[in-house]
Amino acid sequence: MAVIAHDPSRPTQTHAEVTRDVVRTITEAPTKGYYVLVGVMALLTAVLIGTVVAELRFGLGLAGYAAPIMWSVYITTFVFWVGIGHAGTLISAILFLFRSPWRTAVYRSTEAMTVFAVMTAALFPILHIGREWLFYWLIPYPNQRYLWPNFKSPLMWDVFAISTYLTVSSTFLMVGLVPDIAAVRDHVSGWKKKLYSALSLGWTGADSQWRHYTRAYLYLAALATPLVLSVHSVVSWDFAVSIVPGWHGTIFAPYFVAGAIYSGIGRGLTLMIPLRKVLRLEHMITGCHFDNLSKLTLLTGTILFYAYAMEYFVAWYSGNTFEQTTFWRRAFGPNWWAGWTMIICNAFVSQLLWFRKIRTNLVSLFVISIFINLGMWFERYVIVVSSLANDFLPYAWGQINPTWADWALLAGSFGWFGLWFTLFYKNFPIVAIQEIKEMIPMPRRKSSHGGAH
Amino acid sequence: MAAARAVPGVLGQFVHIDGACDAIRELKQGGHADLTVYSAAPNHELEEAIGDPISPVRWFTLTGGLLGCASGFALALWMSRDWPLLVGGKSIATIPPYVVIGFELTILTASLLSVLAVILLSARKSLKGRPYHPKFSDDRIGIFIPCGAGRADQVQALLDRHGSVEVSRES
Repeated sequence: MAVIAHDPSRPTQTHAEVTRDVVRTITEAPTKGYYVLVGVMALLTAVLIGTVVAELRFGLGLAGYAAPIMWSVYITTFVFWVGIGHAGTLISAILFLFRSPWRTAVYRSTEAMTVFAVMTAALFPILHIGREWLFYWLIPYPNQRYLWPNFKSPLMWDVFAISTYLTVSSTFLMVGLVPDIAAVRDHVSGWKKKLYSALSLGWTGADSQWRHYTRAYLYLAALATPLVLSVHSVVSWDFAVSIVPGWHGTIFAPYFVAGAIYSGIGRGLTLMIPLRKVLRLEHMITGCHFDNLSKLTLLTGTILFYAYAMEYFVAWYSGNTFEQTTFWRRAFGPNWWAGWTMIICNAFVSQLLWFRKIRTNLVSLFVISIFINLGMWFERYVIVVSSLANDFLPYAWGQINPTWADWALLAGSFGWFGLWFTLFYKNFPIVAIQEIKEMIPMPRRKSSHGGAH
Repeated sequence: MAAARAVPGVLGQFVHIDGACDAIRELKQGGHADLTVYSAAPNHELEEAIGDPISPVRWFTLTGGLLGCASGFALALWMSRDWPLLVGGKSIATIPPYVVIGFELTILTASLLSVLAVILLSARKSLKGRPYHPKFSDDRIGIFIPCGAGRADQVQALLDRHGSVEVSRES
């Protein structure tokens, strides 16, 4: 069993060792396993593309929509992926502002995860509208119909929130990458040198570049911090602004933000635990990092526990029969299995992380991270589907039976995300070289006592 | 494309941060204002020794934020009036729901202008023709001092005195 030591998060290598260790992950020839992984992800992406083509040909009837449940697996999966896209910016921006030194080793991978997760999420509302080729109607532009979008609709807020989040998080990732790509450029040759030279945008690490770069990075972090909190709040208002029982709650914004961060860190653990082993970066991404990530998971999981309890309490205390029925049926209705999966995987499994032995054991952490992934998809399924299934009057209650198209798109979304992430980690520095170096004191000629060494 | 003409001067490489900072201070005192200092990561000691004022990127960020906020509200208010949708007897143009649009465009424009500022401001000081060594993205600090052949000996002696591990002349 892989038991890891609780060690400090500060790096112990020299500057040259940091460059060597990270650049090695790019310059080393890919293994057979890597090609197999890329092949599997490409195959799943082909499933996604094939299903999209089928939907374009035959329409939304392929998916398991059934009145009154006209938001189902697509919207569930959209919220799931947007949520995953929250941990990266939390770790890269919020912890940057808090000057948490441990973030440096793990933030690049979670930031890349963020961008690819939002890219995946953005597919689903477009597929859900049915006439995908008209998605650009969501964007306000002068048109011959003299129409403008309805800015009072939370769905329009979502368009602005998600597109801003995708743009800002991609910008943040790329800005952070530039000095590191320059470091790679200086250690490769041939066509790779040409490629990384173009991508490094002429970066040399000159004082005139660092002077503006460090300021801009600070401001980007400061801007991304309220953004990350706003995006899932806006997503939650897609539901909470309506009057559907099970959706109409003031708790939704903080509840969704906590859930998003919880799911994002869960996915980060799922990716990083095998990745550090495969890339032989155990000395950089250490037990201390996983311990801290686990504590964040515990915190957000406990907030979710509270939110779940509070939802049931408010439903009971409200005296509103529609709310009470919806929540009763969540636990004991036809979708009880989804409701209990959500509660067990999120509220209860996360509580195991109170135990240090579990937090510092990579095998148990990996298993817990799988439960988190599963639980957070089911949370969205419960919120979206089971709330709609219980319309106000019993005669209008309904059920859905997800079809092959629903499941194919869900599986394909993992392939699409995985393909981007797999290609990224083998071609770009997965650990932030310059930020790690910033934490390592440079050698001095004179000691603090004035003597030379 | 023709290669840029080399800027004549002296390039010193350092492994010790205090030696590099002392050299920068002495060069500045000696009237060498146009130094280029390379490092693999930002460093506060180097920043202090170089002594540049705080970057004006913040003004771009502020301008972007204000522009985005104003245009977000203006966009939603104007479009609502241009295509009036009466929903539930509510006002055609209302501020609270448009806060989201105003907020998102504030963040978007401020972020993009901050990045644009880095590109524009960094390009203000041309590094064309100035020497660069791959070690500068690894573990060495580089100091390039543009100067004529007449002052090169003096500059080289200064760099040596402060512990430069490698000095080369560009002409």
